[in-house]
Amino acid sequence: MRREGSPFTGVGPVFTKELADHLSSIRMMVLTLFVIVFGAFPVASSLQQLRTVVSADAYLFLRIFTLEPERVQITFVTALNFIIPLMAIGLGFDSVNSEFNRRTLSRVLSQPIYRDALLLGKFLGGLATLAVGLMALWLIVFGAGLLLLGVPPGGVEVARAAGFLVVAIAYGGVWLAVSMLFSVIFRSTATSALCALGLWLFFFILWPMVASSIAMSMAPVQFTSADELLGFEQFGQALMRVSPGTLFSEAVAALLNPETRVFGDFSNLFLARSRGTIPNAPLPFDQSLLLIWPQVTGLVAAMIVLFAAAYVIFQREEVRA
Amino acid sequence: MSDNVIEARGLLKLYGTARAVNEIDLDIRRAEIFGLLGPNGAGKTTTILMMLGLTEISGGTVNVLGFDPVRQPLEVKRRVGYLPDSVGFYDHLTARENMRYTARLLDIPRRDAEKRIEDALASVQLADVGDKRVSTYSRGMRQRLGIAEIVMKGAEVAILDEPTSGLDPHATNELLEMIRGLKKAGVAVMLSSHLLDRVQSVCDRVALFNKGKIALMGTVVELANQVLGAGHPLLVEAQGTDIEGVIRGIEGVQQVVAGGDGAWRVTADRDVRAAVAHRIVTAGGSLTRLADLQPSLEEVYTRYFQKEIRHAA
Repeated sequence: MRREGSPFTGVGPVFTKELADHLSSIRMMVLTLFVIVFGAFPVASSLQQLRTVVSADAYLFLRIFTLEPERVQITFVTALNFIIPLMAIGLGFDSVNSEFNRRTLSRVLSQPIYRDALLLGKFLGGLATLAVGLMALWLIVFGAGLLLLGVPPGGVEVARAAGFLVVAIAYGGVWLAVSMLFSVIFRSTATSALCALGLWLFFFILWPMVASSIAMSMAPVQFTSADELLGFEQFGQALMRVSPGTLFSEAVAALLNPETRVFGDFSNLFLARSRGTIPNAPLPFDQSLLLIWPQVTGLVAAMIVLFAAAYVIFQREEVRA
Repeated sequence: MSDNVIEARGLLKLYGTARAVNEIDLDIRRAEIFGLLGPNGAGKTTTILMMLGLTEISGGTVNVLGFDPVRQPLEVKRRVGYLPDSVGFYDHLTARENMRYTARLLDIPRRDAEKRIEDALASVQLADVGDKRVSTYSRGMRQRLGIAEIVMKGAEVAILDEPTSGLDPHATNELLEMIRGLKKAGVAVMLSSHLLDRVQSVCDRVALFNKGKIALMGTVVELANQVLGAGHPLLVEAQGTDIEGVIRGIEGVQQVVAGGDGAWRVTADRDVRAAVAHRIVTAGGSLTRLADLQPSLEEVYTRYFQKEIRHAA
């Protein structure tokens, strides 16, 4: 039996309400503060260091994002890799179950909209909020760079930085979908927040260790050829790429360090095999894009799969308390 | 189209193998107030949710205003107002902002919406507090805001789930008055409730739910006749003689039950009030009260479920 009417009826009102709620909420202010504190520190330090650079660098502006300052030991990108999930989880962990607990869900769903519209509107509202926050942060960093470095960024640099912003939003979208999935599964907002944060910590702290120990256990006693070593290395990388954080950092590395050609610890080995390349020569922008295409696709695919899972569970859920 | 706004035939809801709603037939007519009664878990809310297309139907058909809630839920929900059990609003928004959100979901044009929100809030006497946050509202005010939403929607059918639960008597009366107002405006109202005497005062017809089935359906008087048996119940208060013996001697009296404190409940197959008064007085007793008892829904309800338990035992 087919149902009639567009599943998108009402997405607009839900989206605008969610966006307005997020932007005016205290939670958003706290998250923004968090991001600024975490982001400003590495940026300020790297700016300080970059001002003393005298050598010519075609991509000086992009170094703001990727330079690891001597004193702080954390790049802006690494900070974001850590902070974006927190922001996304903060925005999404109670999106559906709070409606349930406030008993607004059945009243809203008795209006002429499908559940599809409610979930999609909420997701897009959260994503837009995230995008607004990241865009603001990005502009602040850009502005600070302009003021303190006194060097205008080149066109390619702006394009690369914009690409970085898009990847960051996609990365946030993955974690937003994760937290919304938990908010659909668990009735208690505390449980859903805990699960989302637990998964985040798992991927950040535990997964690198787990992945390397899995890879180690599969390794032969002795490598007999470079191919074998490469295959082993690729397997380890594939495991690491299960974590969205890895995909994000690889994609960002290729965008912001135009010299990046391959990822991983054994990049020299890869490079040795690709003949005719000039080491440390920057790649053109479109080549960098080609390089990170799988990573970006992976992020978007993860976002869609997680959202679809949340959607299926939400459709089957009973409305009554 | 017929006069029925809701028609359910063989409506069935399964949870696993349990039959939450077991093949019920139900008709709600235009501009009537219909009460769904029954103990918790009897299937009232499930029935309501199926009519709104908010939960899947396992079998049978429902027709709401000519639409099928399974295939055309948007059309149904556009025309039916629903006040859920202990309704919730967005606490951080004002009543007007909550209503505006609903108006946007209903796709009411903005200029039109403001007027309709004002009128609806005025009709439930919330216009002066409409700019206060809903978090400051009492339970009764929230219920009234829920009614205002239905009014704004211009619904043809209003479905109210336990609208009076948890309200104080004054707030209950106010709410029932508003429900009567809906009926006057031509809205068919279906409500479920535990407060039987209140329901009795507003409902045109009621259905008694039991274990997923409709045990009884009809007007309160019809139900009373079915459950309590046809007859004229009387309350007699008198003293001074063997009142019970005297009453038992009257032709047509079927049953005399002592109610304590010189009061008796009498059931007869005809109106025996005059005879009762005459006999007591001539027997030398003093008659202090003689009242015709209206069948009460509460009595019907209690008696019916007592019978059920006895049958089951």
